Amino acid sequence: MSLETTTSQTVGPYFALGLTRLNKSNLVGPGVSGEQVTITGRVIDGEGKPVPDAMLEIWQANSHGKYSHPEDTQDKPLEPGFQGYGRIPADADGKFSFITIKPGPVPGPDGRPQAPHIAVSVFARGLMRRLVTRIYFPDEAANAGDFVLNLVEPARRGTLIAKKTGGHSDTLEWNVILHGADETAFFDIGL
Amino acid sequence: MTNIAGYRRPHPDTQPNHLHPPYVSSIKRAPTKPLVCMPHTLTEVTGPSFGSKSVDVKACDLTRQHSGEPLGERIIVSGRVLDENGRPVPHTLVEVWQANAAGRYVHKVDQHNAPLDPNFIGCGHILTDSEGRYRMVSIRPGAYPWGNHFNAWRPAHIHFSLFGPVFSTRLVTQMYFPGDPLIPFDPIFNCTADEKARNRLISLFDWDSTIPGNALGYRFDIILAGREATPWEEPRSNGGK
Repeated sequence: MSLETTTSQTVGPYFALGLTRLNKSNLVGPGVSGEQVTITGRVIDGEGKPVPDAMLEIWQANSHGKYSHPEDTQDKPLEPGFQGYGRIPADADGKFSFITIKPGPVPGPDGRPQAPHIAVSVFARGLMRRLVTRIYFPDEAANAGDFVLNLVEPARRGTLIAKKTGGHSDTLEWNVILHGADETAFFDIGL
Repeated sequence: MTNIAGYRRPHPDTQPNHLHPPYVSSIKRAPTKPLVCMPHTLTEVTGPSFGSKSVDVKACDLTRQHSGEPLGERIIVSGRVLDENGRPVPHTLVEVWQANAAGRYVHKVDQHNAPLDPNFIGCGHILTDSEGRYRMVSIRPGAYPWGNHFNAWRPAHIHFSLFGPVFSTRLVTQMYFPGDPLIPFDPIFNCTADEKARNRLISLFDWDSTIPGNALGYRFDIILAGREATPWEEPRSNGGK
């Protein structure tokens, strides 16, 4: 039996009505190990205007590089205080901010470790389907050899790497530019 | 760990392009550069789950969230969540939101000159059962005007948001009602090239779930990406080394 995936449709302008219940902008529960970071940025359209009716969803591993999901069979500890899920709406100025921990490395193709990264889905009015991207970390030696980052043309890789603000590695800036010369690199993972 | 079996990519044209100029909001928000195709890694074949602890069983009935009954035509929307291989997707979260019977959302941005209903908010959620079934009770949402073009009206629709088992199965869509005369004119409905795929967003009127003397039934099945049988192969570089 082979069916076809249902067609995606935009979240439209009123998604807050249905999706606010699962908003989560602090992913770090009690007793969670690792390096805590605050990641802040804006969602910007092709005219440089903020996108207030946008929302990000986050998926990431814990500081040991372990996903809270049965498919992850690695012999690494899970932490009950860290599920790895976040949902953060943009505000009226297109700004978002969330608190998490820097994930540990997880395996990539052929078992080679991937550089620490956060998977991101971007939803907004005007987007018929989500946009998928990743956040990588600054000053991370593993970025140079990361399989996924290396699929992106070199000039655009910087759009995926968060920047330190005020010289602090625990306060990062990462923006989502939807459209235009400086647009964020987005991935095709299917839907 | 060897390579991972990923989830299937959609058939061409069964999913919308990011840019669909008749839907004006897409013009400055759709990416201009091709998406970077990547294999699924452990990141893409894992994802958040929301068990029964995070679900309010009463949230499947949007007509019982207040002391009084909402205005409008009572409906039952039910169906199954399956993957492309025809397997049920059990215990997965379905989030829904919609306008009231007059075509007005409970949202500060919605300034449509139609009344709010003090007995209707228009949001709910359901966990599918062990066979992927879901069922919600609501009222039929109204059509409403929007600013996309002259005399633009959205057909009646209910928004659905589903996670499925992993990050790669995430889906947000809209369900429409059979026979709605606005559907053929709606740029959002029309953003998908494949007509059959588009038409699957229109629910079916369903006698089996219709409750005599109480509510009309509509059936809407939702298909999420299914898993590939074999792992993704890394494309060989030039020279086949």
